[in-house]
Amino acid sequence: MTSPYPSPPHFRRPLLDTPFAPRTRELQQVDHFVAWAGYSTVDVYSTVEQEYFAVRNAATLYDLTPMVKYRVSGADAERYLNRLVTRDVRKLRVGRVSYVVWCNDHGHIIDDGTVFRLAAQDFRVCTAERQLDWFLDSAIGFDVVIEEVTEQVAALAVQGPTSAYILRRFGLEGLERLKPFELAEFSVGGRPLMASRTGFTGDLGYELWMRPEHALGVWDELMAAGRTRGLRPIGSQALNMVRIEAGFLLPNVDFVSAEHTVRVDRERTPLELGLAWLVDFDKPHFTGRRALLRQQAAGLRRLLVGLDVAGNKPAHNALLYAEEAGRREVGSVTSAMWSPTCKRNIALAIVDAPFHATGTTVWADIYLNRELVWERRMAASRVVERPFFAPERRRATPPADR
Amino acid sequence: MSARTQRHDVVVVGAGHNGLVAACYLARAGLDVLVVERNDYIGGAAVSRQLYQDFTYSNCSYVCSLLRPEIMRTLELPRYGLQIIPYDGGCTMMRGGGHFALYDNHDALRREIARHSKRDAEAYHRFSRDIIRQCKFIKPLLLREPPDPTSFRPRDLMELLYLGQRLHRVGEERMYDTIRFWTMSAADFLDEYFESEIVKAHFSGSSIIGTALGPRSPGSAYVLLHHYMGDIDETVGAWGFARGGMGAITAALTSSLRASGGDVRVSAPVAEVLVRGGRARGVVLESGEEIEARTVISNLDVKRTFLKTVAPEHLPDDFLSAVRRFKIRGSSGKLNIALDGLPTFPSIPAGAPCLRGDLHITDTIAMMERAYDDWKDGRWSATPYVDMLMPSQIDPTMAPDGKHYMSVFVQYCPYELADGPWTDAKRQAFGANVIDSIAAHSPDFKSLIRHAEIRTPWDIENEVGLTEGNIFQGELTMDQLLFNRPVPGYAQYRTPLRGLYLSGSSTHPGGGVMGAPGANAARRVLADLRRSV
Repeated sequence: MTSPYPSPPHFRRPLLDTPFAPRTRELQQVDHFVAWAGYSTVDVYSTVEQEYFAVRNAATLYDLTPMVKYRVSGADAERYLNRLVTRDVRKLRVGRVSYVVWCNDHGHIIDDGTVFRLAAQDFRVCTAERQLDWFLDSAIGFDVVIEEVTEQVAALAVQGPTSAYILRRFGLEGLERLKPFELAEFSVGGRPLMASRTGFTGDLGYELWMRPEHALGVWDELMAAGRTRGLRPIGSQALNMVRIEAGFLLPNVDFVSAEHTVRVDRERTPLELGLAWLVDFDKPHFTGRRALLRQQAAGLRRLLVGLDVAGNKPAHNALLYAEEAGRREVGSVTSAMWSPTCKRNIALAIVDAPFHATGTTVWADIYLNRELVWERRMAASRVVERPFFAPERRRATPPADR
Repeated sequence: MSARTQRHDVVVVGAGHNGLVAACYLARAGLDVLVVERNDYIGGAAVSRQLYQDFTYSNCSYVCSLLRPEIMRTLELPRYGLQIIPYDGGCTMMRGGGHFALYDNHDALRREIARHSKRDAEAYHRFSRDIIRQCKFIKPLLLREPPDPTSFRPRDLMELLYLGQRLHRVGEERMYDTIRFWTMSAADFLDEYFESEIVKAHFSGSSIIGTALGPRSPGSAYVLLHHYMGDIDETVGAWGFARGGMGAITAALTSSLRASGGDVRVSAPVAEVLVRGGRARGVVLESGEEIEARTVISNLDVKRTFLKTVAPEHLPDDFLSAVRRFKIRGSSGKLNIALDGLPTFPSIPAGAPCLRGDLHITDTIAMMERAYDDWKDGRWSATPYVDMLMPSQIDPTMAPDGKHYMSVFVQYCPYELADGPWTDAKRQAFGANVIDSIAAHSPDFKSLIRHAEIRTPWDIENEVGLTEGNIFQGELTMDQLLFNRPVPGYAQYRTPLRGLYLSGSSTHPGGGVMGAPGANAARRVLADLRRSV
């Protein structure tokens, strides 16, 4: 008699393993795991510092499989997506990828993600949170098929200055012609594989998409190809550092999906998150358009900005004040770190008008635990442009070898 | 054309890192700054040189830790391409097999030390605590001008008060520790913590690097501390590579300088400092060209500045004798090696990350002291201490794929040999002895060598300009530190010649690619200019 439950059953082991788990578990050294979208993933392999520097100096592998993936196809796929997201999907050519957000009718962000145009009416949408409920609701009246394919596609991010060199040696001939946000199909040793020049690091890098049964073979051959060029697996902590330097937002850290907010005023619009460049008012109607137009006309009450914080103590979770005395509260930090590459103390923060203007100084209230004695620092923090780190190599086509 | 006189606010002699740091700060303050460099390349002792095929050598200084983060941040060096990549750990190989390694991971390190002594594994905490305490005391002094203890000017009194308050605040007991630390030998210091010979040998290495002292010489404990004073992103004592070699530091400084309107001229050797009306007015190049400036900053060491580029009639006698007495002894050599592959070191377990760090082959303090004895007798060490790294394992830009660049710093090697001047045959013999010493720990090392640059202290003096090839522009001993650096009475970047300043590591707080002397000199120049306006 077969059990109707997976083995081990979900009530004994709630988290799933990705197809790369046999390798990631073998290579991790310090037993730091983190749950991500229902999967058990590695948070740290050896040390966060060494993993972080591998992204900025050599090359890294990051198991991206838990990213939620949907296939959107059918005669109305383009029309459907164009109504769903704030960017103009009609402009997205086959073989290209676009970073997008989608909102509810109030213009509040539900999630961000990437849209891959695989064919004229065949798209893959990668999201942070599960979206089937919202996607299907939005599909009423469109001739479109939406299916979750998370478990059918294994994914690996290969990022860092030597990534293009390693991937070519692995067998992706012609990869050097890929421009940022382009994708191409390859076959390596009889295994079909899609590569896109995308990533979450702000550096030169690619993402590989493959069938789960090919995952371990691809991993092994990549590691062999990258052995002499510093390729190493990295966990989510190192990735979080590089994404802050790149100025990328993390759902549930820098904003909360409008589908999850309970309290009033916790929702965020793309305009408030500094994503106005993703909102195309010139295209036909999209969900949230009217609300966003109203907000654009009225002006922003708050804005997510970058901060350059004085000193070297990260302003984790700091409240922001208008003056050093700390009387008028004007916002709060969502992400903060000392940037080892920029040698600056950086942060992402939501700041009230008019203090969010570039060049304005606000004060971060930082608490430090120094051998169990708490100290408080008011650190002058200047509003600066994002990204904090944007090396030329991320865009160069063909990319450099190292 | 060449006879035409150029005028600038400031001319800096020598495009080493400290000269460039000073130039950057002054250019940012709105001054018109020109740096003149003797060599046809920029960088002084912080350079990346392609001397063999596609290999890049950090052929002088080779690792980075002390470069002050405040300087990198203010001068926006990351924006101009500077990336500092830390490396993890290091290792001392033992004669007859075995090794002692350092690891980033706390538990791996504890178990590694415990292989040699369980007690030392615990004592390591006390050792780290005391080192960090001393670093915390010294660090704020790095970017400050040392006070003149004989002066009654308010500024000097305030700085003395600051120093006194810092000493007072740490408490009586730690004050004793600090004074002891600054004067004792590394061997005595390490004996207070560790019992294992190999552990002590490993930690004492940084007490002799670049120094004409042995691990048993008083004062060597401070040199050890000097090497711990740096940090990478707040990891105290961590060392790393500049991506692209040490020249990446001076390249970023040059870009930063040019972005603020300053410039660097290479192949422009200075013959002498131009003196008119009792003050420095610029420089005269060897070509005869004069470059006028209100302020002249010499980034050369104090001896080269005052014994070779300023005519003696402009300087007081007692100052000149103090400069002549300044200790700046050549004690180190350097090999830069292009390797066909990664050499094997049988005493290091396969896959151990310590291979990517600094490697050593001196397994007792006694062996290190014997290496020093050879130097005292005017010979290179028969069994040298080496600080050996293969940065290409981490930085992919240093060598072609699968090949490696090895930097071998060698202690000790004299500037003057007992048996007469350096010759090419002696240079080759010195290099061969180093290579044989390493090969004793690596059977395939010699067969992998494709090219080797061998640099004696004499070569370093002649190519880089450092007197006697001393990497710190002067010994880091108590008699030459703080208000005694370079000479008593002139520790504030000024010199007896009005309008002439020093910015090199002959000045406080000394060498190690720190940039602090340059930044402090710039601050002094700006303060003086404001006063004279």
